[in-house]
Amino acid sequence: MASRRPLDLSRIGESKLLFPIVALVLILLFDLIFEPGFFAMETVDGHLFGNLIDIPRNGATIMLLALGMTLVIATGGIDLSVGAVMAISASVAAILIHPDLQPLTRDPNATATPLPIVLLVTLAVATLCGLWNGLLVAYGNIQPMVATLILMIAGRGIAQLLTEGVRVQIFYEPYAFLGNGWVILPVSLFVVAAVYLGAWFGTRRTSLGLFIESVGINSRASFYSGIGEKQVKLVAYMFCGFCAGMAGLVASSNIRTSDANNIGLDFELDAILAVVIGGTSLAGGRFSLMASLVGALVIQAITTSMYAAGVPANALLAIKGTVVIIVILVFSAQVRDWVRARTSARPAPT
Amino acid sequence: MSDAGTLLEMQGIDKAFPGVQALSGVDFSLAAGEIHAIVGENGAGKSTLIKVLTGAEHRDAGRIELGGQEISARSPQHAESLGIATVYQEVNLCPNLSLAENVLIGRAPRRWGRIDWRTMNRRATEILLTLDIDVDVTQPLATYSVAIQQMAAIARALEIASVRVLILDEPTSSLDAHETEQLFGVMRKLRADGIAVVFITHFLEQVYVVADRITVLRHGRLVGTYPTASLPKYELVKKMLGRELTELDDVSRIRTVGGAVEVGTTRLVADDLGRTGSVEPFDIELRAGEVVGLAGLLGSGRTEVAALLFGIDRPDGGTLSVDGVPVKDHSPIGSIRRGVALCPEDRKAEGIVEDLTVRENLILAVQARRGWLRRLSRRQQEAIADDYIRRLDIATPSSEQPVRTLSGGNQQKVILARWLATDPEVLILDEPTRGIDIGAKAEVQRLVLELAEGGKSCLFISSELDEVLRTSDRIAVMRDREKVTEFAGDVDESSIMQVMAGGDGGE
Repeated sequence: MASRRPLDLSRIGESKLLFPIVALVLILLFDLIFEPGFFAMETVDGHLFGNLIDIPRNGATIMLLALGMTLVIATGGIDLSVGAVMAISASVAAILIHPDLQPLTRDPNATATPLPIVLLVTLAVATLCGLWNGLLVAYGNIQPMVATLILMIAGRGIAQLLTEGVRVQIFYEPYAFLGNGWVILPVSLFVVAAVYLGAWFGTRRTSLGLFIESVGINSRASFYSGIGEKQVKLVAYMFCGFCAGMAGLVASSNIRTSDANNIGLDFELDAILAVVIGGTSLAGGRFSLMASLVGALVIQAITTSMYAAGVPANALLAIKGTVVIIVILVFSAQVRDWVRARTSARPAPT
Repeated sequence: MSDAGTLLEMQGIDKAFPGVQALSGVDFSLAAGEIHAIVGENGAGKSTLIKVLTGAEHRDAGRIELGGQEISARSPQHAESLGIATVYQEVNLCPNLSLAENVLIGRAPRRWGRIDWRTMNRRATEILLTLDIDVDVTQPLATYSVAIQQMAAIARALEIASVRVLILDEPTSSLDAHETEQLFGVMRKLRADGIAVVFITHFLEQVYVVADRITVLRHGRLVGTYPTASLPKYELVKKMLGRELTELDDVSRIRTVGGAVEVGTTRLVADDLGRTGSVEPFDIELRAGEVVGLAGLLGSGRTEVAALLFGIDRPDGGTLSVDGVPVKDHSPIGSIRRGVALCPEDRKAEGIVEDLTVRENLILAVQARRGWLRRLSRRQQEAIADDYIRRLDIATPSSEQPVRTLSGGNQQKVILARWLATDPEVLILDEPTRGIDIGAKAEVQRLVLELAEGGKSCLFISSELDEVLRTSDRIAVMRDREKVTEFAGDVDESSIMQVMAGGDGGE
């Protein structure tokens, strides 16, 4: 092992996947040792249940958010509004299905709008939210944190206004399929996979990914090279809005309710943390969509493991805070230099 | 003026930034009641010297004495309390507050715990009157000209403490001729009051109008301090550029220029093109197979010309046409589509994308022209990268090396290659040889000549005159944001320097 160590460390810089995968493995190892029965699986109604399925299933919304957030952070920006946009999309979907807000008929087949239209309109609204953020950042030259703070604060209010301040229960059963359905695996994971593949093809099979990284690293040099850096940022924020819309659909479908107060609350922080664990610098630049997905799984694995270990929900934030500290340490130049110095000193003859 | 006694003495000042020795062993002395100009090219160390003096940066070595006592300013605020005040280029005031409020901000006179407006306005008026400025101090600052705003900044500096040293950093860069004269009046008045005024500027003519002594810096070293009267303008330029006459005459020309240049088709024409506050309207014509040099001191408007021609900045007057077609879309991508390329001056800020690989940096402009949907395949990208790595002899282990790990000269070649890969008809090179070693310089110059022989049209901007002379068929000269003349064919370095300096010496 010792002889292979320098080799592994030298790869840290090259593959963004290494660190989040190691983190995930460590968490699962912890569970293996301290949580007997953590890996127990059982079959209910022909579906597999157990923590190993729960982690990705419950992590689906964060994974969706992390995909969009990755592109925004890669341009050197940040989007604080994704949680609020989730709430907006949940409300939009709810009023499309039940315009009367408190439906008296609890008919599982009743909807005011056909499901495909519900999904399309909701995602369009969410993408428009992203467009708004993008316009403020790229064309309004407002700092991303401030620009998206506007929608973060106002968004939940908008979501409340749409549903006139009430929680709307959604009885339409096909809608619940998105967040609760199973096709061998939970349907929400197929949604994540589809968005991931779309994002991967959109960025890596075109040159959009290169442009995003270039703008994130040096937007002025990118402009001089003929890259429309404003359009690139706009696209990133729009995609982020789209992902938040998708996450809002999955989340509200899962609980069969549009809850403007709680859907997506504080999720923006988890999404940002997932991207950072995935190795994308908050200063912008190189990004890896897959590493961000694994980063989201790391966060969800921590949550699930802590619940399994009986840690109360309010103590969870302290644990996440510790994770942030570890991530900051691992990615800091000082620690890397120290590790590099240690590992290169070892094989040197004394 | 030196008989007034030395007020401020800086000795052996050293200051290093990571990778650069910004100042080494610089001495500077200032007498009470003098106007002392500090001149030098960009990066000569002018602003670092001022920052060390005002405590914005901490010196590595050396000592500073003010009025015979050793001082060490911890911060600009501390320096102000010692009597050293600075007025920066960017006026640092609140445009929506009144003139009086700006002058007395933080020290407003109070009465019964509330601001005593009457006293405040009276005092502000008095202070400004001592500068011979008679204005209504109750109006918002924004309603006044930049010159008056500058005066307000000076008045504020004078109000703060018993100012003994007033530093004006590029105060005239946004002033017109009349406003400049007004400012000079104030400076002379302060001098008469026994204040030492430090005047930093790019405009050499202004130095001769107002300064008593001149300190010249070059590459972080002191060249010398001279009484203005004993240093003709031509000598000053020579000292700034750091070249002796013997060296100048020894320019061997690579390119043979015989009076009449073979004229190719006209590619790019700028007619009365200008942008307010950036560069005065100018005409320029670039033809196929020709290198046009653009000479001038740094800050003379050369880079601004390039920015207008390439569409970084939008002109507010005149016309630009490429191959006979008037340009409407003033943007980099528009220029790239027209076959115009710009290799920018600031390699780090405007050129390289540090964390991307050599290959990615190299294909960036080509890819931008194709649009994001039509991605070059990995194989095509590698073919382009390998081709240019070979042709320009870029020293890199592979095309997958992050460009930031390359040396400056090789980074410069990568940027050049980025533009050559777009196969431009017009190539604008802004300081393409800055900060690279002699060998690489010669290579870049050779490359420019080859391109011209291949029918391309080049605009070669450089502060190194021998380089311009060596490569150019025609040479345009910039001075104080204005194109002052254009030499066709044979011309020697000293006559260009005369024009760069502006007329005939300082008397």
